Amino acid sequence: MTLWWIGDAVLLLVVVPVVVYLLNGVLAAAKSIVPSVQQIAAATAAGSKDLDSAALLLTTQDQVAQTVAGVAGYGGSLDVILDDA
Amino acid sequence: MTGAMAAVVGIAAPGVALIVIVVLIVLALVFYLVSVIVQLRAITAGLDEVIGSVGEILAKTTPVEAIVTGINEQLDAGVDLLEGLLVQKAGLADAVGLVEGLYPGAAAAGFRNFPESTTTKAPRIGEVYTKGTLTLARLGREAPIARGNPAGFPLRNVEGGSLAARLLYPELRQQRPEALPRSPVIGTGAPEQYERRDDIGKPRKRLPARSQ
Repeated sequence: MTLWWIGDAVLLLVVVPVVVYLLNGVLAAAKSIVPSVQQIAAATAAGSKDLDSAALLLTTQDQVAQTVAGVAGYGGSLDVILDDA
Repeated sequence: MTGAMAAVVGIAAPGVALIVIVVLIVLALVFYLVSVIVQLRAITAGLDEVIGSVGEILAKTTPVEAIVTGINEQLDAGVDLLEGLLVQKAGLADAVGLVEGLYPGAAAAGFRNFPESTTTKAPRIGEVYTKGTLTLARLGREAPIARGNPAGFPLRNVEGGSLAARLLYPELRQQRPEALPRSPVIGTGAPEQYERRDDIGKPRKRLPARSQ
């Protein structure tokens, strides 16, 4: 009979606090991940929005091609009208 | 009878306490595990948002490399053209000097397609070219050309710059008559297309020496 009571006491005073401590640690870790994930989600959404202007690179490419073509024409003309060194 | 009941209760009490403790443990397990599940669901929802945004970023940045590569190739071609033209027309030394005059310190970097330009000593353009040449070079761009000119810091005269340029040409063109055609338009769209001279790259023709 006494051993039964000792077992109950051990279960109540040792096992239960250990179980609660471990589960509390797991819960705290899970809770700490949530804000980080939310910040990552906000950052990636902002990064995706910042890249909306990447499509304008096509316009930039066209402008660069036209500019280089103009420079080439200008240089070709200079090559014709100016003497070499 | 009462004694027997007391004995039964005495024997069953530790078992009942054990059951109560086990129930407490199970309740704690349920509470914490449900809380963890809720948090894990929140994490999953957040990661879903992240994955969606990352997918958008990937989709938006996929063509960037090809476009930027194309822009760089075109700019490289332009740089090659301008460097080659400058060196061809001015010569390597004067070209380095001109660049050094426009951007002090740039001569140390040299030209990309002319590795020997890094070791070429840049002449002082203000001493090499005449005032008229420098005036032409300064026109329209306010370039700090020949910054080391002993005559002073050469800045474009905004009010008189146009007159100074016109004075480089013969007087006939400036005032009498007034309506001479302007300088020819150059470029691929020019109305007058000139053929390339045959003597380009060859020694200049020299007039015969005067007979005394």
